[in-house]
Amino acid sequence: MAPIDRQQRRASLLRRAWRGIQIPLLAIIISLIIAAIAIIVTADSVPVGLQKVGRGYWGILDGAILRSSGRINTLVAMTPLILTGLAVAIPFRAGLFNIGAEGQFVMGALVGTVVAIYVPLPPVIHALVVLLFGFIGGGLWGFIPGFLRARLGSHEVINTIMLNFVAIFFVNFMVRRPIKDPNPSTVQTLPILDTAELPRLFGTRLHVGFFIAILLAFAAWYFLFKTTWGFSLRTTGLNPNAAEYAGISSKRQYVISMVLAGGLAGVAGIIEVQGLTRVLTEGFAAGYGFDAIAVSLLAVNNPIGIIPAALIFGVLRIGGDFLQIRAGLSIHIVSIFNALILLFVAAPAIIRSVFRVKVETVREDQASLSSGWGG
Amino acid sequence: MDILDVLRSVFTVTTFSLAVATATPIALGSYAGLFSERSGVVNIAIEGMMLMAAMTASFVSGYTGSLAAGILAGLLSGGLMGALHAVVSIKYKTDQIISGTVINFLAAGVTGHIYQVYLVPPRWPGSAGTFPRMPIPFLEDIPILGPILFQHQPIVYLMLIITVVIHYVLFSTPWGLRMRAVGEHPQAADTLGINVYFTRYANVIIGGLLAGLAGIWLTLEWVGSFNINMTNGRGFIALAALIFGRWTPFGAFGAALLFGLANALQIRFQTLMPQIPAEFLQMAPYVLTIIVATVRRPIPPAAIGQPYDKG
Repeated sequence: MAPIDRQQRRASLLRRAWRGIQIPLLAIIISLIIAAIAIIVTADSVPVGLQKVGRGYWGILDGAILRSSGRINTLVAMTPLILTGLAVAIPFRAGLFNIGAEGQFVMGALVGTVVAIYVPLPPVIHALVVLLFGFIGGGLWGFIPGFLRARLGSHEVINTIMLNFVAIFFVNFMVRRPIKDPNPSTVQTLPILDTAELPRLFGTRLHVGFFIAILLAFAAWYFLFKTTWGFSLRTTGLNPNAAEYAGISSKRQYVISMVLAGGLAGVAGIIEVQGLTRVLTEGFAAGYGFDAIAVSLLAVNNPIGIIPAALIFGVLRIGGDFLQIRAGLSIHIVSIFNALILLFVAAPAIIRSVFRVKVETVREDQASLSSGWGG
Repeated sequence: MDILDVLRSVFTVTTFSLAVATATPIALGSYAGLFSERSGVVNIAIEGMMLMAAMTASFVSGYTGSLAAGILAGLLSGGLMGALHAVVSIKYKTDQIISGTVINFLAAGVTGHIYQVYLVPPRWPGSAGTFPRMPIPFLEDIPILGPILFQHQPIVYLMLIITVVIHYVLFSTPWGLRMRAVGEHPQAADTLGINVYFTRYANVIIGGLLAGLAGIWLTLEWVGSFNINMTNGRGFIALAALIFGRWTPFGAFGAALLFGLANALQIRFQTLMPQIPAEFLQMAPYVLTIIVATVRRPIPPAAIGQPYDKG
């Protein structure tokens, strides 16, 4: 009896795994097809368009996966995507929509960079302290909308979007004036001190930050699903009234989730500085905070699922450059992918009606976001 | 220059006139949100709808040389984006905030791609220009009010007229009553024979047309050409204006004027007081949005955000 039982269990596990990935998989396939159509329609002729699609898509595969430098670049691009993805997923679980990862990312980078340049500390400790300040910078920027939502009921969607603009203007100001490298030919900060850098591995661009990101994804999973705080947070997301009735303060959960989210996005920002750029520049954010929304939704807001989801978007990001180099296509095609994947993952009913298959939904415990502007 | 001199040279008729002009897309955008949200569908896609219409209007007017064709195409693209939002959130019952986010991303991607393919040299035939200034005879001669209100380009006037029309439609016609009923209590509305789905579809699409007009203002009335992400958050500021105005047209119009004034002052201060860092002045409208969306406790339509299931 026992082996059959085990076999059955394995089969049902496989079935569950397949159910988990079939929507994202079909979403990616449809998105690739629609984007191909968009490329062909905007090309000079259909054959030219087909050629562009072929070259472009092959470029993505070749440039981001097949060659070893591409694989490294993909891992490097995954790092901020994992962390900002978590910054969207955690508030999602509490029933909040954080569109502000972009701003939290740059604020974390700013605060951390200041400590990395102007506060000399011994090696290792310095790098860790800088990471911590990255968390604080982003966390503060997440605290503002969390607090406003909890105390005054003003909606985090508007506030996080507005804070993105404020953060980007503020960082531009800082980089252009108070903490600018005195060298007049550049608009960036001084390089961070050696002690604050994150070591690179195997003589490549891959840095320790990648492993920090993976570790934090597991930590976030543990936090959400294995701790009392995580339980309270998820309960609030599912039904704030029931949570209140059970003695959980939903307001507290709003603040906690936004501070954690902002902190993780801030860590993403400072890791980019410590591991890669070593300076802070204008226009530093580069859209990671927005890709993060698609990453998180593709992963059904599961911290572990965010790792493969970040891989897919890492491939698209790195491959996006090859769209341009190999096929002369604009990088904006990647934004179209993002939008479509988001659409099909969020609305599996569309996939169901396109493929006429019985696709089972996996939104086992999704929180509803648009419950109104009143809080 | 002491502070009084600065204030005197900042608060001029020109500043207020500029405020009315820059309030136009905010007001139109908030009316787009009004139609959608009063019928119960959250709309954070105003930004994307505006951006798409701005690009389409510039594209079509550039290639045809006709501003009228540009307006039509811009309105059409706004309406189509509205229809997309409606289908995804009403038919497929997707979370309306996610549906809006999809539209914003899609608009950013599509407009960016088309900009790079068609709206830059060597292909770009050049802009068809902007609408001419059309001072209204007699009214423009009224002291102070004349130059502030009656020496504008056409979409500004259109916005002023639309404001009054929406107030009338919303509060004094069967259409407006149905819209509000569906937004407050769809089940009850359904019982009374109102078609909830039709009402929501129609109003979200009308909202798309209005967001389209806001986008057309950007390219055909203000700048003259399209630029990547040129909406710069105006769609979200419009949403804040709607909330601050408590989902009424006059309220939203007042809030839009406030943002227009903040923007106009910001532009004036940049030239008059270069010692204030420009970045801080540029932040002002966004900070104001946060304050404005926070200080007034909003009372949204009761059924907002909930997909309706006839069941």
